[in-house]
Amino acid sequence: MTDIATYNFAYLDEQTKRMIRRAILKGIAIPGYQVPFASREMPMPYGWGTGGVQVTASIIGPDDVLKVIDQGADDTTNAVSIRAFFKKVANVAVTTETAKATIIQTRHRIPEHPLSAGQVLVYQVPIPEPLRFLEPRETETRKMHALEEYGLMHVKLYEDIARHGRIATTYAYPVKVEGRYVMDPSPTPKFDNPKMHRSPALQLFGAGREKRIYAVPPFTEVVSLDFEDHPFEVQTFDQPCALCAAENVYLDEVILDDHGGHMFVCSDTDHCEKRREEGHRGHLAPETPLALEKTEPAQ
Amino acid sequence: MTDEPLLRVSALSKFYGSRVGCENVTFDLWPGEVLAVVGESGSGKTTLLNCLSTRLLPSSGTASYRMRDGQFRELYRMSEAERRFLMRTDWGFVHQNPADGLRMTVSAGANVGERLMAVGDRHYGKIRATAVDWLSRVEIDEDRIDDEPRAFSGGMRQRLQIARNLVTGPRLVFMDEPTGGLDVSVQARLLDLLRGLVTDLGLAAIVVTHDLAVARLLSQRMMVMKDGRVVESGLTDRVLDDPRAPYTQLLVSSILQV
Repeated sequence: MTDIATYNFAYLDEQTKRMIRRAILKGIAIPGYQVPFASREMPMPYGWGTGGVQVTASIIGPDDVLKVIDQGADDTTNAVSIRAFFKKVANVAVTTETAKATIIQTRHRIPEHPLSAGQVLVYQVPIPEPLRFLEPRETETRKMHALEEYGLMHVKLYEDIARHGRIATTYAYPVKVEGRYVMDPSPTPKFDNPKMHRSPALQLFGAGREKRIYAVPPFTEVVSLDFEDHPFEVQTFDQPCALCAAENVYLDEVILDDHGGHMFVCSDTDHCEKRREEGHRGHLAPETPLALEKTEPAQ
Repeated sequence: MTDEPLLRVSALSKFYGSRVGCENVTFDLWPGEVLAVVGESGSGKTTLLNCLSTRLLPSSGTASYRMRDGQFRELYRMSEAERRFLMRTDWGFVHQNPADGLRMTVSAGANVGERLMAVGDRHYGKIRATAVDWLSRVEIDEDRIDDEPRAFSGGMRQRLQIARNLVTGPRLVFMDEPTGGLDVSVQARLLDLLRGLVTDLGLAAIVVTHDLAVARLLSQRMMVMKDGRVVESGLTDRVLDDPRAPYTQLLVSSILQV
């Protein structure tokens, strides 16, 4: 906290931030289009969110409140480290509460709490090109985007149905943005795809290793690709969250012992805690409140 | 046959540096007509085919194609988007090596369906039904629909490639040695199939081959090429039975008699 002067505000130098902001503006102007940018070395390995961190560093200001999640959780290594990083280099307020954050950097989830206008969701993207595994040549995929040749994307979905009887893609499910560009929503579960559609929040995507930034401006059409006779549908879960009894949320399976014991809990930890604070109890929730729940108001 | 050609080619030349690919090729192709281009290897057949199918840009000359609306369009002045659209709807290209024309890692059904999906078909059941129909037309068992072409024999791959190209009902198909590398009995069945399809669908085709027997079976008209130039052209039977150019005479007399 004391040696903040060692770094420029938010770690990156001003010229770099300017370059990234230009890429972001271009991305917003052409929703879903992958804008190349001069990705910098960051003090973390590729694949740990270098793209997301650069985007966040370029848009964050002293008054922002930052939330970082990793697979929905605020308390995993990646989330904790990035939160600590920005606390150190930008001295900004951080939170775990979705509603209080102005910038939410995320790895592979969209929070359950609906986002509001003015909030920015920054995605960490490993492979921005949705056509990559179908067509390995970058020159060719760029041409396909330019000419709007997206038949190949449906070939992948066709293969899914032919092999599994249904569209078996469960994450990184391709979407069409504003009726033009096909975009990889980063490896979020397809459960989250409907949340992107006409979201009031600005959504920015940063891929550090692949050096691409793309964006979905607020209130933009985001449609998941599908077939007329095999429409897009999200995952459903048989049981509610074991801790907070929430339904219609995305659940993680947690292994409890080595005898096959397991439970399904909310992947969004903030959402789960909030619900428990409000008094919701799942069938595996501890009888006595944990330390975590000390702030819970008396019922 | 209508009174206007489908493709008009005029003085087409392609040079690789100072080397000649093909030079000063002029011909018209009529709807429903099969034109064979024969000659020894290195005579410029494939260069000509690649120029005509816009996979290569010629050094000089023009080629215009009569679109479905009846208008002639200059091929080399079209935008890339238009050309690619033409290539996957109104045209087909059958490669000598099926691996070049197929997606080897997706199933046979998806290979056939790709063009349909590319032009906006979004109904799985219908795409699959069309794929089944086309597989049966090229004599591939329906139960192989979910197999990858990697699991197919050479002859089956070639038939699959043909089905994939014909599914959008093209009017013009380019074939580069369609029977190359196949054994004779498989060749015979493939030729039989091709002949049937071409007649049934009224396809126009340009077939490049070094095999005069293939040319005689498939084509109505042929062009003989040597060193990048057309040395003789005419009705297939006339050229083969009464060759005029010395080179054609040599070529015809070189056929092994079994």
